[in-house]
Amino acid sequence: MAIDLIKREYRTISSISGPLVFVEKVTGASLGEMCSVVLGSGEKRTGQILQLMGTTAIVQVLQGTSGIDPEAARVFPTGEAARIGVSKDLFGRVMNGFGVPIDGLPPIIPDEYLDINGLPMNPASREKPDFFVQTGISAIDGLNTLVRGQKLPIFSGAGLPAKELALQIVRQAKVAETGDFAVILGAMGITSREGFFFRKSLQESGALERTIAFINEVSDPTIERLFTPRIALTVAEYLAFERGYHVMVILTDMTSYCESLREIGSAREEIPGRRSYPGYMYTDLATLYERAGRLKGKKGSVTLMPILTMPDDDITHPIPDLTGYITEGQIVLSRALHRKGIYPPIEVLPCLSRLMTLGIGKGKTREGHRAISDQLYSAYARGIDVRRLVTIVGEEGLSDLDRRYLEFADEFERKFVGQLDEDRSIDATLDLGLELLKSVPEGESVRRK
Amino acid sequence: MTEKKGKIYGVAGPTVLVKGMSGPVMNTVCLVGRQGLLGEIIRVKGDFATLQVYEDTSGISVGEEVVSYGLPLSVTLGPGLLAGIFDGIQRPLEKIRLAAGGFIPRGIKIEAIDRERLWEFAPLKKKGDPVEPGDIIGTVQETPRIVHKIMVPPGSSGTITEIKSGMVSGKEHVCMLSTGKSIGLFQEWPVRIPRPFKSKLPPTTPFITGQRVFDTLLPVAEGGTAIVPGGFGTGKTVVEQTIAKFSKSDIVVYVGCGERGNEMSEILSDFPALSDPASGLPLSQRTVIVVNTSNMPVAAREASIFTGITIAEYFRDMGYSVAMLADSISRWAEALREISSRLEEMPGEEGFPPYLATQLGIFYERSGKVRCLGADERTGSVTVISAVSPPGGDFSEPVTQASLRFAGTLWALDPDLAYRRHFPAVNWLASFSLYHSELGGWFSGNVAEDMARLRRKLFTLLQRQTELRDIIQIIGVEALQESDRLTLEVANIATESFLKQSAFSEVDAFNTYEKQYWMLKAIFAYMESAEAALRRGVYIETILENPAASSLAAMKEMANEGFSKKASELIRDIESEFAILDEK
Repeated sequence: MAIDLIKREYRTISSISGPLVFVEKVTGASLGEMCSVVLGSGEKRTGQILQLMGTTAIVQVLQGTSGIDPEAARVFPTGEAARIGVSKDLFGRVMNGFGVPIDGLPPIIPDEYLDINGLPMNPASREKPDFFVQTGISAIDGLNTLVRGQKLPIFSGAGLPAKELALQIVRQAKVAETGDFAVILGAMGITSREGFFFRKSLQESGALERTIAFINEVSDPTIERLFTPRIALTVAEYLAFERGYHVMVILTDMTSYCESLREIGSAREEIPGRRSYPGYMYTDLATLYERAGRLKGKKGSVTLMPILTMPDDDITHPIPDLTGYITEGQIVLSRALHRKGIYPPIEVLPCLSRLMTLGIGKGKTREGHRAISDQLYSAYARGIDVRRLVTIVGEEGLSDLDRRYLEFADEFERKFVGQLDEDRSIDATLDLGLELLKSVPEGESVRRK
Repeated sequence: MTEKKGKIYGVAGPTVLVKGMSGPVMNTVCLVGRQGLLGEIIRVKGDFATLQVYEDTSGISVGEEVVSYGLPLSVTLGPGLLAGIFDGIQRPLEKIRLAAGGFIPRGIKIEAIDRERLWEFAPLKKKGDPVEPGDIIGTVQETPRIVHKIMVPPGSSGTITEIKSGMVSGKEHVCMLSTGKSIGLFQEWPVRIPRPFKSKLPPTTPFITGQRVFDTLLPVAEGGTAIVPGGFGTGKTVVEQTIAKFSKSDIVVYVGCGERGNEMSEILSDFPALSDPASGLPLSQRTVIVVNTSNMPVAAREASIFTGITIAEYFRDMGYSVAMLADSISRWAEALREISSRLEEMPGEEGFPPYLATQLGIFYERSGKVRCLGADERTGSVTVISAVSPPGGDFSEPVTQASLRFAGTLWALDPDLAYRRHFPAVNWLASFSLYHSELGGWFSGNVAEDMARLRRKLFTLLQRQTELRDIIQIIGVEALQESDRLTLEVANIATESFLKQSAFSEVDAFNTYEKQYWMLKAIFAYMESAEAALRRGVYIETILENPAASSLAAMKEMANEGFSKKASELIRDIESEFAILDEK
């Protein structure tokens, strides 16, 4: 941030509320402008103008307002929007949630500074995503195929191995056509243990040199979390559309992000929406998620995999609910499967990849992929029905056929979903699917040809 | 045009407070600030006017100038609309792409429709003819499929003193009236005011979607309204897109309101390549797309459905049957809520403003089959099909509930069906259509006398299926009576082979009413033959193993053409196969 351009100074803080300070007699400031807030002690903090009303500016302070003395503190509008310096030198670096290096190395020399809010992608400029990304995970590749330029979140619960799964995907992800592949990690409100785990795993897998990490830990300022995904996505857009990389962005944990959003909303005394999250949360999340995609005439792509924790495993909670409405499908993790020792514990029935059809079939994965996937879904759904039935009528009340479906469901979970650390090719996945389907009768599945 | 100026006093999200504008007029548009962003006055209070701004307000400062020309938010209507793709305030996205590349810069101004382009105008009137509003003075062949009719705008009439013929551009007049009024290829219309017509007509013809579960079980009338609520992943967008592709309407206006960009790119790349089943010409030639994806400014999202329906009404006025598809109306309601909350209005249920239902009603009531303005008594229709995205899939929320009051047809989508990959995932028992009685005459006259009877029979069968499934949950399938097992089997066949339909299969995606009727005929012929065999004393197992069921499943993949003949053969085969089954 270019702070040396300071022209104006205000010592007019009238009130402080949560992370916000209200500054009076402000002229010429603009919405979204960055400020520095200098405390009486000389400590420098970063702020952003959220609202202007007459000569009053509402400034959110990233590092919080604790210790600010309204008499002594000074506010300097910088005349700049929130921007991040970008360059290929960011590879291998670890930054905090606001883009400041925390790996002990000096700051990079950026090629250019970009507004972290970006601009909305023109729907007419978007290229239809149609490239298959092989994650090596059967439940994803076979049943809910990920496509380049897609946004596919992982809905997790507290204690479920979402981060392990995300890292496995980063390790294994392959695209049919070779290209420069980059990973950007935007971590919001993760514990220091998780932060350590991410860094260590990336290092061990040798993925670090193609990775850029922005890490905001639980103990870091909450407001910083509102910037982290925007910074991560701005760097992603730069690498994808200026430098031709295929970028996979992992944002974790969106639940922490939304909580920061709620905190700001309540400090601004806004009318709260569902579960007191702000009414504009859909729009706000959309401005993040919709930055995934491909552009006509550009080589690169931004594929987004946000991870969120469903509070109390509730998929109707506003965070997963609004996310599901914006993203192109979802991968849902299940506590029941996790307890059974199945890894990855992907609960396939509520999973979906809306772009799957675009990325599969002849020349992409394999002819007949759709049919195999549909049959697996149908048979497994029926198996689950039977499993429910067993709890009521007992195994004795089942017909032979029902029993076969029950077995199918068990086998499917154990072999197809529960693949552990194996990196499966798409062919192996589909062959396994066909193999499993043999146990359910021909003609039972209407779609079978 | 009087120019009024004021100064920006405050900025919060998409709203801007302006001070010192003398006599601001509600719902007129302004240019805001140095960047000249487009905004609309939505509140006037003393010396202050509040604007909703159709672009991102970042970077706006207090003290910047706001200019109003006193005009309401309007769209440009004329040749060049078809195959176009516009944002919520009718900015042409394709031209923005050519001018600015991948992203939409702030404050970009490009005319909605190219006024320089020349069109071949064929006059239908001559000098000296008297004309009234809505009269067609001539035509332009806009696309090989669609003739664009140039109409006398509402409010103008007189005697023609001059009329041109041949190539004309949107900048010049094509006709002069005795009143001195000139008529061009284009007209402007304010989006928030419904376009006038002579009278509304009762909805007596079905809007043909080609989808069995809709057309047969839950029809919507031409000029009617249908709503499609469903949680995420239940296939709302696929329903909307399927209807956009295959429905038998002349014109389709597709409004992507607050939805996904990648879905729009799919439509944009697919539609020119797909041909419409009636004419064989590319679908894009009958389609206008208005798109304000979820990441585009929220106020323009609010305007998008009005922009869309105004364009739909304009084509209706030419005498076309128009499908207006809105995906999704909930995102529009959320935009309304967001703006209302910035205005610090007293919130109603779930934070939505109390006028939500009124506004929704105004929108839905712009649908309808009408006798258009003009001396030739032509009729046109706008059928509204809107997706609703209830939070958590809970239909008790305000947008679904308010929409239900105005909708003639409900297609309720069900996550359980979607999880099983049963699409369209319409819960047939939870859905309804109020048009059955109005459409009854059309069905008996155009499909078959007994169509209504077969439909009722199917309903009864499906109702019974639900009851039997509940019973099985308790006692298991083996304990059912034999006749009930048969009923369940037939119901399952109907579910799998009739209600389930693939939008991705070339043959299955669109079914004529004739095919739908004969499919039902075949399914019930199977039921009757099987029941007869059971009564005769054939084992239920023998009946269930009969391969006739799989030939019913194969009907889906048979072409519409010649289907009735094949179905009659199939029915004969089924009857004879059951007749020779051995008794116990």
